[in-house]
Amino acid sequence: MSTSTTSRPADGLRDEDTTVSAAAPGAAARKLGGVAGWVDDRTGSAKGVGYLMKKVFPDHWSFMLGEIAMYSMIICLLTGAFLTFWFVPSAGHTIYEGSYVPLRGVSMSEAYASTLNISFEVRGGLLIRQIHHWAALMFVVALTVHMFRVFFTGAFRKPREINWVIGSVLALLAIVEGFAGYSLPDDLLSGTGIRAMQGFVQTAPVIGSYLSWGIFGGAFPGEMIIPRLYSAHVLLIPALLIGLFSAHIILVAMQKHTQFPGPGRTNDNVVGFPVMPVYAAKAGGFFFIVFGVIVLISGLVGINSVWVYGPYDPSPVTAGSQPDWYMGFADGALRLLPGWLEFSFLGVTLSLNIALGALVLLPLVYTVLGVYPFVEAWLTKDKREHHLLQRPRNAPTRTALGMAAITIYSIFMFAAGNDIIAIKFGMSINDITVMFRWGLFLLPPLVFWVTKRICLSLQRRDRDTVLHGRETGTILRSPAGGFSERHEEISAQDRWTMVEHEPVATLELGESVDSNGVAAPDSKTLARRQKLSRFYYGDAVNPVTPAELDQAHHDHHGEAETDAIEGGRH
Amino acid sequence: MNALAARRRHPAAIAILIMLGLILTGALYAAVAPRPADAGTASADTVEMGRGLFLANCASCHGTNAEGLKLGDGDRVAGPTLVGVGKAAVDFQMGTGRMPMTVPGVQAPRMDEIKFTEKEISAIGDYIASLAPGPNVPSEEAVDPTKGDAARGGSLFRVNCAMCHNSAGAGGALTRGKYAPSLSGVIPRHIYEAMETGPQNMPVFSDRNLSATDKRDIIAFLKTVENQPSPGGMTLGSLGPVAEGLFAWVFALGLLVACAIWLGKKAA
Repeated sequence: MSTSTTSRPADGLRDEDTTVSAAAPGAAARKLGGVAGWVDDRTGSAKGVGYLMKKVFPDHWSFMLGEIAMYSMIICLLTGAFLTFWFVPSAGHTIYEGSYVPLRGVSMSEAYASTLNISFEVRGGLLIRQIHHWAALMFVVALTVHMFRVFFTGAFRKPREINWVIGSVLALLAIVEGFAGYSLPDDLLSGTGIRAMQGFVQTAPVIGSYLSWGIFGGAFPGEMIIPRLYSAHVLLIPALLIGLFSAHIILVAMQKHTQFPGPGRTNDNVVGFPVMPVYAAKAGGFFFIVFGVIVLISGLVGINSVWVYGPYDPSPVTAGSQPDWYMGFADGALRLLPGWLEFSFLGVTLSLNIALGALVLLPLVYTVLGVYPFVEAWLTKDKREHHLLQRPRNAPTRTALGMAAITIYSIFMFAAGNDIIAIKFGMSINDITVMFRWGLFLLPPLVFWVTKRICLSLQRRDRDTVLHGRETGTILRSPAGGFSERHEEISAQDRWTMVEHEPVATLELGESVDSNGVAAPDSKTLARRQKLSRFYYGDAVNPVTPAELDQAHHDHHGEAETDAIEGGRH
Repeated sequence: MNALAARRRHPAAIAILIMLGLILTGALYAAVAPRPADAGTASADTVEMGRGLFLANCASCHGTNAEGLKLGDGDRVAGPTLVGVGKAAVDFQMGTGRMPMTVPGVQAPRMDEIKFTEKEISAIGDYIASLAPGPNVPSEEAVDPTKGDAARGGSLFRVNCAMCHNSAGAGGALTRGKYAPSLSGVIPRHIYEAMETGPQNMPVFSDRNLSATDKRDIIAFLKTVENQPSPGGMTLGSLGPVAEGLFAWVFALGLLVACAIWLGKKAA
């Protein structure tokens, strides 16, 4: 089933398909049709719904990573609504008289007391809280992995750059939403998180203290921050998330889904199954699978056990105070930044040791993400539409850049857990911090180089397999005593995925100076662009051309019986 | 041999080889790993017996008169002086297996195996206490968790102890490889003695700082937290968001991706 009507080689595979003749609709179907007709008469929605129902989506497990994120978000919305029925977003003072003995008689905020109430008194409350928190973690995990998939397969290329930008904004909003939620229960850990946030805000040059004063409605902690974070967490950010997420999905439907290359798949078609009935069932079923897995985990594994932390009080702090993982990179940057980055002059303190990690890094990460498609399009000069995905090895420089970026991010993230690493692996926290600092500068180039070499080797191996077939491991001995390995030709189907990608070449410029010795306009810009193009495509390994394949077959002619290749000869 | 050779390029071959290697390494290690020798001596009690034990087991680092031994390298010592540390310190250090220290390192770890009997430890304690007065081993009543107020102890614990030991007593890292150990499984008497004597990197919480009642409340809190079932399920070591994030990335994501692959493979 494909949307394309152009004839393709793969159509031959379907020659023997039989057409199912349409039977007369049954009674139930007629009834349903009546209802649909009633709705259509009043809303005119049949056309749009029909279009969506027939929409074809390609099938691949990695296309479901985004679905995991989407379903986790929906689970958060459902469980979040439940939690609002009991949660009291107030810093008002109260004395705990609930059923958790080690806190009975302790003074605390109403927010914390109501969180304990949800955990211990409300039926199913603790399970719902844990589902909410696990789903929140999985939302950000899944959207991150989804982003990896989109990045490494080049799915962000024209015409999907806008959707990539929307996705980046969604990712940023998701972690802000997560942080607001983490801060609400007003336990010792979340209060420490708010305190850290206040510290970040204060490091903004000049306006820092005013900003902090404004956000907290006075001095830290005050009574305003919890109701304000609550509004942001249940109203403002969810509204933005849902709006942008809808735009994200609508764009996917409008632009059609990208697909992995394969026989019969072109830039102009989508090979897969229509929404109705196949995808509706698959995606609908997957929602229940995701929900089920998250409920299972929430039932077995505790998360954010607020009663362990105790109520927030600005004086104590607990060992192992970390943000949830998605804010870890900012916390880690803070732990790695050296203290001498704090400067004092003219009675003003500039805390770059904090500001760089908190106020600069966070927006920087998401800006770099958002602009990447435009940078790549500019330096590869590729302005065409792409609906076929690339195998990561076929874009070695991009894959290597992505891996280097993930390395930087991961070092920051793991640095946030330096104390946990120290105690669990019996290491010195000082050594770990020094190692991460060096790693931050040494590892990304190393990872870039290694990844690129691996990609190029895989490409060369693909070429080799296409030209000379698969090594069987069977060694033959000729009557003359020579040894050779039997190679087996690969099938046309397998070959297709190894040769379908486009050959690339670096940007070549004309003479920068014409015959009269006059420099071409913009020659400097062009030269820079060429340099970047060389960086990007310089080592390209291009796919086997039909001519090369013919040549290879010709060379092997006469060995067809044994398909043997002399050792060393290729 | 032929059958093996034919499958040497099987995709699972490398995984099987690695597994075999790991199992072999583990088995070898289990076979040759050093086991501590049993040290059991029996003799008369009191100070004289303690002095004898001290000379045999402790003096090489702490000096023959417990005066401490300098390494002649700045402030570094082989062992500090034990004059005035009291019987409580001896009971804690030897009763938790920290002393005698098996390996020189930044910090003496708690040991599961205690190499001395209660009687021997008490004798060494008596000997140390005979050198100069110091804190004594607390009475049964002073450390009885059932007599303490767990909620009050929790508040005291969060203010005084949680920054190093973590709010659940799970432990935490200090500088240069030192650490605040986990408090689970520590008997009440040892918790009391640790607060009173400040072993290793821990500060001393004297009775002026935390009264005997405060100490008993803290013990009550720790024992309540330790003995109650975890309402939320597995605690992941009570280490907070790092452990939760790791679980989300490894297990939750792994499970969901496995489901996605399974569903992706299902023919429509």
